[in-house]
Amino acid sequence: MLSLRVRPPTSFDFRRFNAGDLERRWRLSRDCFLSFSPKLEENRGVRFGVKSSKSEVSFTAAEEEETLPEELQPELMPKHVAIIMDGNGRWAKNRGLQPWDGHRAGVEALKEIVELCGKWGIQVLTVFAFSTDNWIRPRIEIDFLFSLFERALKSEFQNLAENNVRISIIGDSSKLPKSLLRVINEVEEVTKNNTRLQLIVAVGYSGKYDVLQACRGIAQRVKDGEIGVEEIDERLIEEELETNCTEFPYPDLLIRTSGELRVSNFLLWQLAYTELFFAQELWPDFGRSGFIEALTSFQQRQRRFGGRKS
Amino acid sequence: MAELPGQIRRMSGGISQLIEQIYGFSRRCLFRVISMGPIPSHLAFIMDGNRRYAKKHGLEDGSGHKAGFSALMSMLQYCYELGIKYVTIYAFSIDNFRRQPEEVQSLMDLMLEKIKSLLEKESIVHQYGIRVYFIGNLALLNDQVRAAAEKVMKTTAKNSRVVLLICIAYNSTNEIVQAVKKSCINTSDNMEASGNYKHEDRDSDIEGTDMENQEKRIQLVDIEENMQMSVAPNPDILIRSSGETRLSNFLLWQTGNTQLFSPAALWPEIGLRHLLWAVLNFQRNHSYLEKRKKQL
Repeated sequence: MLSLRVRPPTSFDFRRFNAGDLERRWRLSRDCFLSFSPKLEENRGVRFGVKSSKSEVSFTAAEEEETLPEELQPELMPKHVAIIMDGNGRWAKNRGLQPWDGHRAGVEALKEIVELCGKWGIQVLTVFAFSTDNWIRPRIEIDFLFSLFERALKSEFQNLAENNVRISIIGDSSKLPKSLLRVINEVEEVTKNNTRLQLIVAVGYSGKYDVLQACRGIAQRVKDGEIGVEEIDERLIEEELETNCTEFPYPDLLIRTSGELRVSNFLLWQLAYTELFFAQELWPDFGRSGFIEALTSFQQRQRRFGGRKS
Repeated sequence: MAELPGQIRRMSGGISQLIEQIYGFSRRCLFRVISMGPIPSHLAFIMDGNRRYAKKHGLEDGSGHKAGFSALMSMLQYCYELGIKYVTIYAFSIDNFRRQPEEVQSLMDLMLEKIKSLLEKESIVHQYGIRVYFIGNLALLNDQVRAAAEKVMKTTAKNSRVVLLICIAYNSTNEIVQAVKKSCINTSDNMEASGNYKHEDRDSDIEGTDMENQEKRIQLVDIEENMQMSVAPNPDILIRSSGETRLSNFLLWQTGNTQLFSPAALWPEIGLRHLLWAVLNFQRNHSYLEKRKKQL
């Protein structure tokens, strides 16, 4: 078998894969529900100076500028980042652990990224927690995932509410357990007025499902005589998509971990002009350094949206 | 003595022909080896980087696209030799209409010239028996280009060996909007038909009519069969040249499980090695993806 080790699109930094980093990750995963780091709580009282126009986000607090790493430029930060958190199962298998240990480690990694997004002025973070395709997994794993999600929401929701984070859940909720649905509704209700960061968790979601339900909504409106068939356009579909819960429905950057070069039916319509970044690390290993690498790559890209940069 | 330069020219011409034949032969041998493994059935290309290529080599503006066209012809030849049945190319996006009018016009002229050349006897269409589809909002094109495109589609309709889908005046979001519109029209037609039926039978159960309404709700297949790209299966591999890693509103619906590759080479520089790299990677992941497909 030929081995063509052409350099992949993302750079592979061997320095990150030192034993110390892996050791730290594994230790974190043993205690699953750590609260957010003290630093975030200190910043609670600090307000962002965020302009309402979509073109600029400026930081008025000096402390926030200091926390942004020097490789990153504040004016080029993406407003909306989407992440496919892939690789928990493989991470656990590599260590001889059970899949649920991998998912617990994944929750830790997610907490770190949410914290960084809040600090660095990213407005929306969408994460792909559970796809419609994941229903084929063993029942025991699915039940564990939902109970993990429920416990994480219950334990972190106070913290998130205090840190001015808004949580939204998108996806087909019809198959979710009732207890989880209750917690979701409560969390969404309590955090709906928060403005610092919007965390959108996609559960039971797929891009095709989203477009399909938008299409059904439009068909209903046409049937009710509210709109004519000729008026159906891109804007109408955007209004009906589940990502209409946010001001910035289109991710600027999509990160997929674990080296797979696929989108796997996540956010279909919304990814039209999104920059894609494929990271080699498995999700529990993707931390601050991986995130900085993704953001650096994003900031170097030339986005033309079909036009020309002359 | 005067015959020598002529003889040398003939010899060098003969040698280069020989080299070409050896190269073609070894390429076909290589393809036969690779075909031992699974071969993708559908490959898609985003042909990015023509203008940058022209700039890089100090050529005049239009020649980048011309170089891109010959790269495309080579790529098609390799794909069809390898046994890939469907090839889709992103020729012109609806967003590209926002470019300078001169550039848009020169692109349209180039496309008209090349579309017409597809009908010639020596063209690749006849060589490989290609059926050509033009996918996109053709109403946005000027009359000449649209007429030429329709003529090509009609002429090649009988070919069935391999298929070339040319996305011109195309946007994935636009394609989805059109499919949604058609699905809504079909649904309201169905509702009207069943409504007429219901009027005749006043004793029908309320629950029964609710169930009918449920069935009449739009399903995924309704949208999919109304997509213009439904003439081909979903792409197995998408290659975007020039190193940009984004979809740019191309085949969003169809690329859910497509392997995405973004070699740094500009489109006119794309070559056999990039295709081989993509296909070999596809073969590596193939068994896992097939297993997933069966489970779904």
